[in-house]
Amino acid sequence: MAEVKFSKVTKKFNENLILSGVDAEIRDHEFVVIVGPSGCGKTTLLRMLAGLEEITDGEIHIDNVLVNNMHPSKRQIAMVFQDYALYPHMTVEENMSFALRLRKAPKAEIKARVTEAANILQLTTLLKRMPKQLSGGQRQRVAIGRAIVRKPKVFLFDEPLSNLDAKLREEMRVEIAKLYQRLNATIIYVTHDQVEAMTLAGRIMVMNHGIIQQVGTPIEVYRKPVNLFVAGFIGSPTMNFIRGKLKAEGDKLYLKNDDISLYIPSFLLSKTAEHDGREVVVGVRPDDVLVGGAAREKCSEKLDGMLEVSELLGHRENLYIKVGDTRVLATVEAFFDQSPGSKVEVCFNYENMHVFDKATTQRING
Amino acid sequence: MNKEAAVYRRKKFLKYLLIHAAIVSFVVICVYPLLRILSVSIRPGDKLFSADLALLPSGANFAAYVRLLKETLFLRWLWNSLLITVTTSFIGVSLASTAAYAFSRFKFGGKKGGLILLLSTQMIPAGMLILPLFLMIMKLGLMNTYLGIIIAYSVSSLPFSIWILKGYYDTIPRSLEEAAMVDGTSQLGAFYRVILPLSTPALSIAFLFNFTTAWNEYLVARVVLFSSKQYTWTLGLFELQGQYITQWGMFAAGSMLVTIPVLAVFLYSSKWLISGLTLGSVKG
Repeated sequence: MAEVKFSKVTKKFNENLILSGVDAEIRDHEFVVIVGPSGCGKTTLLRMLAGLEEITDGEIHIDNVLVNNMHPSKRQIAMVFQDYALYPHMTVEENMSFALRLRKAPKAEIKARVTEAANILQLTTLLKRMPKQLSGGQRQRVAIGRAIVRKPKVFLFDEPLSNLDAKLREEMRVEIAKLYQRLNATIIYVTHDQVEAMTLAGRIMVMNHGIIQQVGTPIEVYRKPVNLFVAGFIGSPTMNFIRGKLKAEGDKLYLKNDDISLYIPSFLLSKTAEHDGREVVVGVRPDDVLVGGAAREKCSEKLDGMLEVSELLGHRENLYIKVGDTRVLATVEAFFDQSPGSKVEVCFNYENMHVFDKATTQRING
Repeated sequence: MNKEAAVYRRKKFLKYLLIHAAIVSFVVICVYPLLRILSVSIRPGDKLFSADLALLPSGANFAAYVRLLKETLFLRWLWNSLLITVTTSFIGVSLASTAAYAFSRFKFGGKKGGLILLLSTQMIPAGMLILPLFLMIMKLGLMNTYLGIIIAYSVSSLPFSIWILKGYYDTIPRSLEEAAMVDGTSQLGAFYRVILPLSTPALSIAFLFNFTTAWNEYLVARVVLFSSKQYTWTLGLFELQGQYITQWGMFAAGSMLVTIPVLAVFLYSSKWLISGLTLGSVKG
């Protein structure tokens, strides 16, 4: 296994800047998930690491070896493609052994490695089948098997589950997590699905507009997003954002807009006078919005709102509440006892509140 | 309900009847000329026309076939044609397959212009190319040689083959080659091991096109080849037509015999002309 290092990696397609000076290090045996919206440059970064895309500027090292101009086959990486990319004229076994046959590995070794990978991925009974005779999930397992057989230094996964249905995706996610525990390999996994990122990653690398926004463990990224983009992208349902201006009243700080006057405790923003007049965006996750009885029980300062819509998800319920013109989403335990149209009291869990500067979009609370 | 079902069944039957009648008519139109030639080839005497409408004439025999094989250089002409055609087809497909790959996968200056130029060569009538081809082959010193005619045939069918193959390569996902390259092949290796095996339907079509074009070609052969021993069958059979008499029986017998190689190639190629080779490679 190996370390991967990106140093000021830039990619331009004609005049379009796709990646802008990406700096990142992936440690040995680490499972890093690169996550971001479509077009953020995450797949391009992975393809550049694989050698399938030229690097405009910067350096990529695998195991301290500069690989900028190295052919993909020499980089000792294996890649699982979004669309599986199985060789349709070869059986599952031939697909899995293709790389080893190219290397002219001994037949016994090829057989042993294919059998081992087939056992891990439960493909033993499918080895003689052609790709067209397999289901989507089976094809994806073959694609992963083809990567495992090679015993590469780094595994690259390019949105491997995006073509599967929700149930299969969940199953395969667990399979990949188990596979990582078993192989203990260096894995770089690209996805736009933040659930995959949160559940699989040792560290998450959040990207947008060709720039790495934040790198951290899933819980760091979830609990302390460094900017508005990360806060909005990570977490489902998405974070509530309340825009307004900070106003100091005595030694207390308030967020004020036309609808809301919200007390900002000193453990969030301590130097009250410094923040007076600053335009900010306050972020609160739906789980940290308390409504009705819970609000009355736990909060001293509450806001009045109106329940617009409720969505029952099973054991949880999404409540869409309007506070003046500001919409707030709360996720509460099912079953909420008030019906749409009724007045509700709302408050926020300050412990998990996030404050971002409106102009810079950066986090300003600790 | 039963009445409606009966009407539906009758309509369905009529539809099938019409479709089959149309198919049978087309088959008859296609096969009838061949049967007439067969009829002429086994008709006693060198008669092209006959008042007899029967396809199997009275006194039918294979004398024309025997005379053709014994009294003329027909087998030699057939061999020449076969040699020229097969070589032309292999050269044409080899060049077209690699050129089409470049047009399909690489970015280079003049790519679009090149493709249009190739297409435009197909719009020039074959007769207009005779003179330049003659001059080129003469300057190369390849008159009355197999090589001269092979070069002329190979280059003239290249543009069509390139277009056919380029169109097919475009439908093959690039991720297959990328996967092969990550697995350890070069780009050329990926082409050879992944793209070519998947392109057999298009390669077969290009091969058949090259084969039939070269097999039936007359004009260029007339200009390039001038010794009877070097003749292709098209030139050879033309020798049977004299100023005052044409040996129609032998002519028809030759025409029947030359269909055999083409038929064999078509039948053999049909197993490669199957679609869906790339099924299952990527998410459908």
